Amino acid sequence: MSDIALRTEELSVWYGSTQAVKEITLDVPKNQVVAFIGPSGCGKSTLLRCFNRMNDLIPVARVGGKVLFGGANLYDEAVDPVEVRRRIGMVFQKPNPFPKTIYENVAFGLRINGFTGNLDEQVERSLRAAAIWDEVKDRLQDSALGLSGGQQQRLCIARALAVEPEILLMDEPASALDPIATSRIEDLIAELKTDYTIVIVTHNMQQAARVSDLTAFLYLGELIEYGVTQRLFTNPTEERTEQYITGRFG
Amino acid sequence: MSVSLPGAGQERFRPRLARRHRTGRIFRYLCLASIAFSVAVLIALLVDVAVDGLRWLSLDFLTRYPSRIPARAGIKSAILGSLWMMGLTAAMSFPLGVGAAIYLEEYSKKNRLTGLIQTNIANLAGVPSIVYGILGLAIFVRYLGFGRSVLAGAATLALLVLPVVIISAQEAIRAVPTSLREAAYGVGATRWQTVRHHVLPVAMPGILTGMILSLSRAIGETAPLIMIGALTFIAFPPTSPMDPFTVLPIQIFNWTAKPQAEFHELAAGAIIVLLVVLLLMNASAIVMRNRYRARRDQ
Amino acid sequence: MIATLLFACGLVSVLTTIGIVVVLVTESVGFFRQVPIREFLTGTRWAPLFSDQAFGILPLLNGTLLIAFGSMVIALPVGLTSAIYMSEYASPRVRGTVKPILEVLAGIPTVVYGYFALMFVTPIIRQVFPGTGIYNAAAGAIVVGIMIIPMVASLSEDALSAVPRALREAAYGLGATRFEVSTRVVVPAALSGIAASFILAISRAVGETMAVTLAAGATPRMTLNFLESVQTMTAYIVQVSLGETPHGSLEYQTIFAVGLVLFVITLGMNVVSNRITARFREAYE
Repeated sequence: MSDIALRTEELSVWYGSTQAVKEITLDVPKNQVVAFIGPSGCGKSTLLRCFNRMNDLIPVARVGGKVLFGGANLYDEAVDPVEVRRRIGMVFQKPNPFPKTIYENVAFGLRINGFTGNLDEQVERSLRAAAIWDEVKDRLQDSALGLSGGQQQRLCIARALAVEPEILLMDEPASALDPIATSRIEDLIAELKTDYTIVIVTHNMQQAARVSDLTAFLYLGELIEYGVTQRLFTNPTEERTEQYITGRFG
Repeated sequence: MSVSLPGAGQERFRPRLARRHRTGRIFRYLCLASIAFSVAVLIALLVDVAVDGLRWLSLDFLTRYPSRIPARAGIKSAILGSLWMMGLTAAMSFPLGVGAAIYLEEYSKKNRLTGLIQTNIANLAGVPSIVYGILGLAIFVRYLGFGRSVLAGAATLALLVLPVVIISAQEAIRAVPTSLREAAYGVGATRWQTVRHHVLPVAMPGILTGMILSLSRAIGETAPLIMIGALTFIAFPPTSPMDPFTVLPIQIFNWTAKPQAEFHELAAGAIIVLLVVLLLMNASAIVMRNRYRARRDQ
Repeated sequence: MIATLLFACGLVSVLTTIGIVVVLVTESVGFFRQVPIREFLTGTRWAPLFSDQAFGILPLLNGTLLIAFGSMVIALPVGLTSAIYMSEYASPRVRGTVKPILEVLAGIPTVVYGYFALMFVTPIIRQVFPGTGIYNAAAGAIVVGIMIIPMVASLSEDALSAVPRALREAAYGLGATRFEVSTRVVVPAALSGIAASFILAISRAVGETMAVTLAAGATPRMTLNFLESVQTMTAYIVQVSLGETPHGSLEYQTIFAVGLVLFVITLGMNVVSNRITARFREAYE
């Protein structure tokens, strides 16, 4: 159990009457990168958004089943989604820095969550961890909106790391970026793995193959196959997985 | 109450969730109280007016002329004056407003003059109505010699509502799909034929909705008409655009400003009539808007 | 031919502005030939209709700004919090009910608000503060504030709704509560749009006429006391036009001079507000 960061049990999500995620059970091991792949609309983002209860923000969304985090069910009535989201961070598809200074972007989560340490140090540490410190250290008081797309995304990663989450959820974090910025993000993911558990949604199979240890293939809301990335891409057990990774649909 | 997730408290955060949620709840109640305040005011206003004025409402009240004796007073001349005013205001502002909107949306090039006209319209919409009254007094009453007539009042109100008419007509015209225009041009229609036969018919419900809403603003206007000298004691209805006149809001103002309580109640009675007229106008605008949407969405 | 005609329609709005400026300026020039501008702008006594005439506009400005300030104390917080509720908290159903109510409030003629001030608000004030006169600045300010709430609420809500959803998600994702998301991310991001709505609201309050004429009285006075009767610029203009002031006289010309001041102030605020709104839109579109 102690090697498992997150476990879902029979997890389902409905949007109104359509079921977007169908009774998925899987384990996310600690300090591993898990990739969710599948054609658009397969439920991979929806599944990811269950892990920090982001789906709560959508009025018509309903969740059934369990998401276990250190033995506690995140969907237990007594669990506060606000705390969940601090402990399980998220990076979004498009860079979404606040229209504040670079410094304040990183400090925001620290301020609201009552960080007791040294603010400046933690901001620097987070920016270093996100491999963007050298580019912004002289302009911390400039607006974050002046950064390039790739820099903004790394700032968003720094912002998420600042509140010291145990798990980092990444929802197609490089899909809005150019190839160079994408590869920097991918390098960063590899570095972050030593300290964090990462779940990444991607529509890019090469990316999944490059960055992840484990890959889950989802189709129409169902978990078709889940296993070690290398094995899944070279020797899938399910026919639909093979069809997808060889590009026959999706 | 919330339970902490495993591992909490071992790190350098003191999130104080309970306190933050309490602050949030208080804020939420505060926001809700703001909305409740507006609702309460609306109810208080309607009840206050109804309590004061309902007993004066009768057919006699609607068909009598003003009188110095409250029991004999009515609002016939004010109602007729308001109707004249609406008719003339609409007759002037509609062609001007729609014409301007067509020019801006279909004819004008995107140059500085167009930008100037557009900015000017936006800024005019915020000019206090009493300033229009001053303009009307100087231009229509004095300079053009309309005197204190229905025409002078309507011309003033037409200028007052013009920015709103133009802006709403522009929106309605803009909502017409470009494909419609291209189809018309494709079969060789001129610009005006395209506008006249294809764009305007589709935009018309939207334009009319905006027109009704503009008129519902005009019908409640008081200050500019006081400026141009609408009279409060008119014991006859206007028979031509050059006649002196009164309107409902001015009658209300006059009665409210009198010291005797009976006149205040008459004012309340007239307010009820004015609000009912406004309600009918707005309801018809909403019906038109919905029908328009339904047709567009087909 | 048709194009020219349509262009002429478009020109009417420009002519209106020119007409307003020309009328106000030419008539004011006649006024300022007799009353030095300095005296007009710095004098603290306004009594054009008395035999002992005085033409200092400051008391009217005082009355106008007192009412505007008082009304903003009500309209800005209530309007903004209403907007926050509608944009950040309310379900579509609640929004669908509240919006029409605010529209109704916005559509009620100002003279009706004047009646409400005099018949409903003033008696309450007089009960709370015995000795207050029938006409007082407080009743005017309260009612003008109420009138303007819908405008502040609706324009601020537009500004809040224009803030991209992604920013809200980012803040929630860091463990922010709804309150923190609203007040520390969404409101700051919409600040310029909110500011534009505030400026427009002040401009409306400055130009508001009937409610203050009915409720606040006709006593030009330098005072900060809300329980006293004051006169606003607009109420003065109404007072003159209700009386029998001979055309062309100095008293008659005062309304143009006062009107000019009113026009300059409100137009200035509208221009600033429109500029801010335009820039705000650019930032998020």
